[in-house]
Amino acid sequence: MGAIYIMWLRELKRYVRSRAQIIVSLGQPALYLLALGYGFGPVFAKAGAGSYLQFMAPGVMGMTVLFTSVFSGMAMLWDRQFGFLRETLVAPVPRLHIVLGRTLGGATVAIIQGILILIVCLIAGFRPHLWAAVPASFIFLVMIAVVFAALGASIGSVIQDMQGFQFLMNFLVMPIFFLSGALYPLKNLPRVLGWITHADPLTYGIDGLRGILIGSWQFTFTLDVAILVALAAALLCVSAWLFSRIQL
Amino acid sequence: MSPGGPPVIRVENLTKNFDQFTAVKDISFQVDTGEIFAFLGPNGAGKTTTIKMLTTLLRPTSGRIQLDGFDPWVKQRDARQRFGIVFQDPSLDGEQTAYENMELHGILYHVPHRVRAERIERLLRQFELWERRDDYVKTFSGGMKRRLEIARGFLHTPKILFLDEPTLGLDPQSRNQLWTHVKTLNEAEKTTVFLTTHYMDEADRVAHRIAVMDHGAIVAIGTSAELKARTSTDSLEGAFLALTGTSLRDEAASSSDQLRRFAQMWQRR
Repeated sequence: MGAIYIMWLRELKRYVRSRAQIIVSLGQPALYLLALGYGFGPVFAKAGAGSYLQFMAPGVMGMTVLFTSVFSGMAMLWDRQFGFLRETLVAPVPRLHIVLGRTLGGATVAIIQGILILIVCLIAGFRPHLWAAVPASFIFLVMIAVVFAALGASIGSVIQDMQGFQFLMNFLVMPIFFLSGALYPLKNLPRVLGWITHADPLTYGIDGLRGILIGSWQFTFTLDVAILVALAAALLCVSAWLFSRIQL
Repeated sequence: MSPGGPPVIRVENLTKNFDQFTAVKDISFQVDTGEIFAFLGPNGAGKTTTIKMLTTLLRPTSGRIQLDGFDPWVKQRDARQRFGIVFQDPSLDGEQTAYENMELHGILYHVPHRVRAERIERLLRQFELWERRDDYVKTFSGGMKRRLEIARGFLHTPKILFLDEPTLGLDPQSRNQLWTHVKTLNEAEKTTVFLTTHYMDEADRVAHRIAVMDHGAIVAIGTSAELKARTSTDSLEGAFLALTGTSLRDEAASSSDQLRRFAQMWQRR
């Protein structure tokens, strides 16, 4: 248990100590929120779909959690290249504990970032349909964070260089974001795009956030939770397995 | 000269192949408890690969290893509890302080809370880092990082300490001081030390026995005096060149070498 705790704590310390990075990593979602939220607002309203800012704020929260958590897992690449990974690989504790601590730490950081961007959304004019919905939405922040931190840790256990990192950012993480319904409604999509969005795990996380915060559901609470919990469990197992197989 | 306790490391017919290439070819040796044992060899001789197999990081292709009676690949956790290692590249967390690095290590190695605080203080004082304990490791010089890593390696009172080229890139003062510390702890705690180095004078000075490795095989093993006598040379360097020849070994720069340079350029750690 000590190993899980100390690895979790390490992630948190790194986060709290890099204040500049906190601001930088909030910058991108804030830009999406302001540029797209206000920019597409008139078109969206004209199409009779209401306020675009209201619609996309949960999407931007999901985006923040997605990027922060996947990134924290992939940060294993830096630990691999700069050596700290070896210190943890030769430690006499189950590697499961190491990877679990790292993943939960990354997820915790992502949840904090998600809450910060929610505050930015509220300042920008976003209003949940009920104020009680704000704490309830944390359920989905947690699930999105764990799913993608575990995905990041799985990837981080496998890739060894910056090229692999760039490749996965462009061909996995960005598509997960753009095909998730974070930026557009999933109704009446072209058929193939519809299938792809249904296969994207983030879709269910964003649907949950949007459902709770503004009361608009594409699926149901139960379905979203079931899919995310199942995925979180599966990906935690995968990351533990891949991490335990690392040889240097 | 050798302290001559029972063998704590036994290696029999150890071999490691990577695809077509044989990095370590059928080597056998023993290291006794309390001994300081050096692996000497040119670049690419297989020293680091051997250390990786001894320390559970790499699975041997064939052969047997026993660390204090445990096979490091089968009984990984038992083996890991018994050794400390200082890698060729730093393995500290630059974003944490010296004390936090020690504490993290103590927790990973199950050092009980009370013993931990007391031992961290003693080791940090001994390695002259106590005053800097609350500074981030990324602000440390190369020599300070090495000292911290070696102090950390001793924290859980390992039976064996592996040092893979621990003095690479250090100035003579730091090298000298580092070996003094290692020798002191070797004598005080009866820790067996297994080291690799390029510097003949270091091996000559600290090691009880030396194995010379070349092209993945052990070409000679014995005390410094024995190696000199065997090759009819008057220095360990002469013996080394007599055993391994004078041709240069060009290694292709690996991606981690490139990243190491990149890291130095950007001063990340």
